[in-house]
Amino acid sequence: MRRILIPFALLLLLGACLDAHAALDAALVKLLGGEDADARVEAIAKLGAVASPEAFAILNALNEERLYVAANGRVLVVDGDNKASDPLTGDQLDLPEDAESITVNNRLRRELESALAGLRLFSDDAKVRMRAAQEVQQNAGPAQLPLLEKALGEETDQRIRDRLDMAVATVNLKSEDAAKRKQAVEKLADTTNASIRPVLAAMIEPRTDGGFAEPDAGVRAAVVDTLGRIDRHLLIIEWVGNLFYGVSLASVLLLAALGLAITFGLMGIINMAHGELLMVGAYSTYVVQLAFKRWFPAQIDWYVVAAVPTAFLIAASVGMVLERTVIRWLYGRPLETLLATWGISLVLMQTVRTLFGAQNVEVANPSWMSGGVTVLGGLVLTYNRMVIIGFAIFVVVIVWALLNKTRLGLFVRAVTQNRRMADCVGVPTGRVDMLTFGLGSGIAGLGGVALSQLGNVGPDLGQSYIVDSFMVVVLGGVGQLAGTVIAAFGLGELNKFLEPYAGAVLAKIAILVLIVLFIQKRPQGLFALKGRSAD
Amino acid sequence: MLKPPARPALFPPVVWIGVLAVAAILALLPLLNLMAPDGSALHISSFTIALLGKFMCFAIAALALDLVWGYTGILSLGHGLFFALGGYAHGMYLMRAIGHDGVYKSDLPDFMVFLDWKAYPWYWSFTDHFWYSMLLVVLVPGLLAFVFGFFAFRSRIKGVYFSIITQALTYAAMLLFFRNNTGFGGNNGFTDFKRILGFTITVPQTKAVLYLITLATLLGALVLARSITQSKLGRVLTGIRDAESRLMFVGYDPLWFKLFVWTLSAVLCGIAGALYVPQVGIINPSEMSPANSIEMVIWVATGGRGTLIGPIIGAGVVNGLKTWFTSVLPQYWLFVLGAIFVLATLFLPQGIAGLVRKLWARRAAAPTVADPATGGAT
Repeated sequence: MRRILIPFALLLLLGACLDAHAALDAALVKLLGGEDADARVEAIAKLGAVASPEAFAILNALNEERLYVAANGRVLVVDGDNKASDPLTGDQLDLPEDAESITVNNRLRRELESALAGLRLFSDDAKVRMRAAQEVQQNAGPAQLPLLEKALGEETDQRIRDRLDMAVATVNLKSEDAAKRKQAVEKLADTTNASIRPVLAAMIEPRTDGGFAEPDAGVRAAVVDTLGRIDRHLLIIEWVGNLFYGVSLASVLLLAALGLAITFGLMGIINMAHGELLMVGAYSTYVVQLAFKRWFPAQIDWYVVAAVPTAFLIAASVGMVLERTVIRWLYGRPLETLLATWGISLVLMQTVRTLFGAQNVEVANPSWMSGGVTVLGGLVLTYNRMVIIGFAIFVVVIVWALLNKTRLGLFVRAVTQNRRMADCVGVPTGRVDMLTFGLGSGIAGLGGVALSQLGNVGPDLGQSYIVDSFMVVVLGGVGQLAGTVIAAFGLGELNKFLEPYAGAVLAKIAILVLIVLFIQKRPQGLFALKGRSAD
Repeated sequence: MLKPPARPALFPPVVWIGVLAVAAILALLPLLNLMAPDGSALHISSFTIALLGKFMCFAIAALALDLVWGYTGILSLGHGLFFALGGYAHGMYLMRAIGHDGVYKSDLPDFMVFLDWKAYPWYWSFTDHFWYSMLLVVLVPGLLAFVFGFFAFRSRIKGVYFSIITQALTYAAMLLFFRNNTGFGGNNGFTDFKRILGFTITVPQTKAVLYLITLATLLGALVLARSITQSKLGRVLTGIRDAESRLMFVGYDPLWFKLFVWTLSAVLCGIAGALYVPQVGIINPSEMSPANSIEMVIWVATGGRGTLIGPIIGAGVVNGLKTWFTSVLPQYWLFVLGAIFVLATLFLPQGIAGLVRKLWARRAAAPTVADPATGGAT
């Protein structure tokens, strides 16, 4: 009995300043168990307005379908197997045989959720309060106004206060008092919630009889002003979002195409198996993840770091084996190389299917890469995309340094420019070919690690990137690292800015057409090497 | 001025005999399917007829590809697009010929009812006329190829660049056709055809007629292609393949030659697609996937490019293997196909036809000549 008494006393206090209701109105609870749907909805709304732990408990029980009604109309909360308690008296008893669970239909569930959100505003956990405030702002009604104002009085966190302010303003839009409405409209100018826009727009919509939904001219002027500010803000969010996701897409394209920029751009090998090397990288990540789960479960968060060198080495060795066994014999016959490497891509795909199954495998983001940060009050920038942008920059710098600052890079450039001369001065061209192809393949493996963190990992992963990768390299200009980077960036941004207008598929088609047209103008790509060769 | 050499015979007599013999045997098969009773040794199953009909469509496509790749040196990775466009053009007629017999008993095809469309989009107009749809079969792939080829060849895109761009083209088209709103049935494409020119499409008699038309088309295409390659025009095309710059220096403009053969090839491919659709009973956007187009190339490579008969054999052999493997050992088919790609390019640069020719030459050179084989093209 003491368990009940203390909150009971508290509740009396709370209830007194909130509403005329007692801690739990027996009539309301009875209505919950009743047959009348409208009455139940009303009861939920009223219970929601009672900011008490008891009300929360009973609504929560209803939400989880733990609320039962006995044949005599007594409403009971089930706590465990056949253990029930009466929410009004707190009596513990066995669940009667004839008790039935109260079913929650969609209408009821909506009502419940908004009521529960209102009650969560008083939670001890600031995060829960924040979420509840966001939820309330979405669908607050006049009934919740006293609750909101009370929550506002108790709230100390400024960000949650802002949210609550917005919620109050949303409710006040429907106030009888024109001054209150105007104040609410002005306050809403700072909102980032796009869902409020249609509500405001409806207020100044001219009606057929010449009047407006909003009778007061002053309020209408404020609405116009607020709408303008909301639109501006939304536009900024949209542009920044497009910019970010464009850069993100660009970094993915770049990682996918960079290896190709070396094997195709520098060596002139049409490697149709490039996409499958990406896939090999992604599956290497998967295997490393499995290994960590098995042997170092404590360090699972760092498996991605270990996957980077592993994927590089595995993809590079696959590439070097290919170069030694197949591609070597086809130098100078690009079309045949294309066919042979396509054959290799089929074999690699089927091998992976045999080893890992045809289904996608699950590669999870480590905890430090999941989640994101919200900027501008409405734009979520996810950590995994940020990490991959950083990773792409890192890989580009490494490749640039490798090609321009090392002995191997010097050899690679020498062989590319004049194979015979390089051979004459003692460069082991055969070895250099193998290493260069290995490098390109290894970078494809790195791209695979990045792709595994963004999307599905399956045997067909490579197929979806091969056309894109070639487009990036062709557009950038063969043999130019800078061209590849700029082409990837341009394609990524263009894609994301076209998407909202044309849809993802049409945007992609438009870009392919643009590339074809562009190549008409500049067949050598953005950055052509100056040379004299006729063919 | 040199006089052009006398025009050689279309085929040497031995090859003529072989081709006609094989054609006669192929023409006999549907008759055996219709006449011979079930269970008799001579009976050919409907499955075999359908399969061979399909292979012959592929053979026409391979022939078309050989004209541009084998003779002109333009490797297209987008011929699947022309094939599918021809198929879709014919499919539009077949869809309208279903009439009210669809699931929803509506004037419109089922997929349009499903999308809640009230009328045909403008590009479906007149497609209820068979001959108009036949015209589309020729015009759509032809025009697309002409426009695309004009721009590509004018800016002298060639080699692998051209290949990659054609691949991008078919990829883009595939994405477009996958959309429901494009108006061609989205994912599922066209299927459930009921009749063609009033004949029920599923009965063996109709199938046999379609089969024979396909055979005749294949034969006609072979003769047409051969007469082009044997002509002066054909020699210019070979010149483009072997030394385009040199050809330009002696005063030819390769643009129109390339454009001609490229467009012709696309039209042939479209016709192959149009024959394919009523026989297999479905056309969907996956026909446009880059993988399909590149598979066509391997038929040509396996058979022997630049031989015309080789690609026909190649289409038959590769697809025969595919049918056998996908029914018996489905998990190994991609390994085999991959191996064909690699081995054919590494060890059989001239394909089966080249191998046969080499063996023939060796036998002819050998002092003891065994009985001369005839034909041998199956």
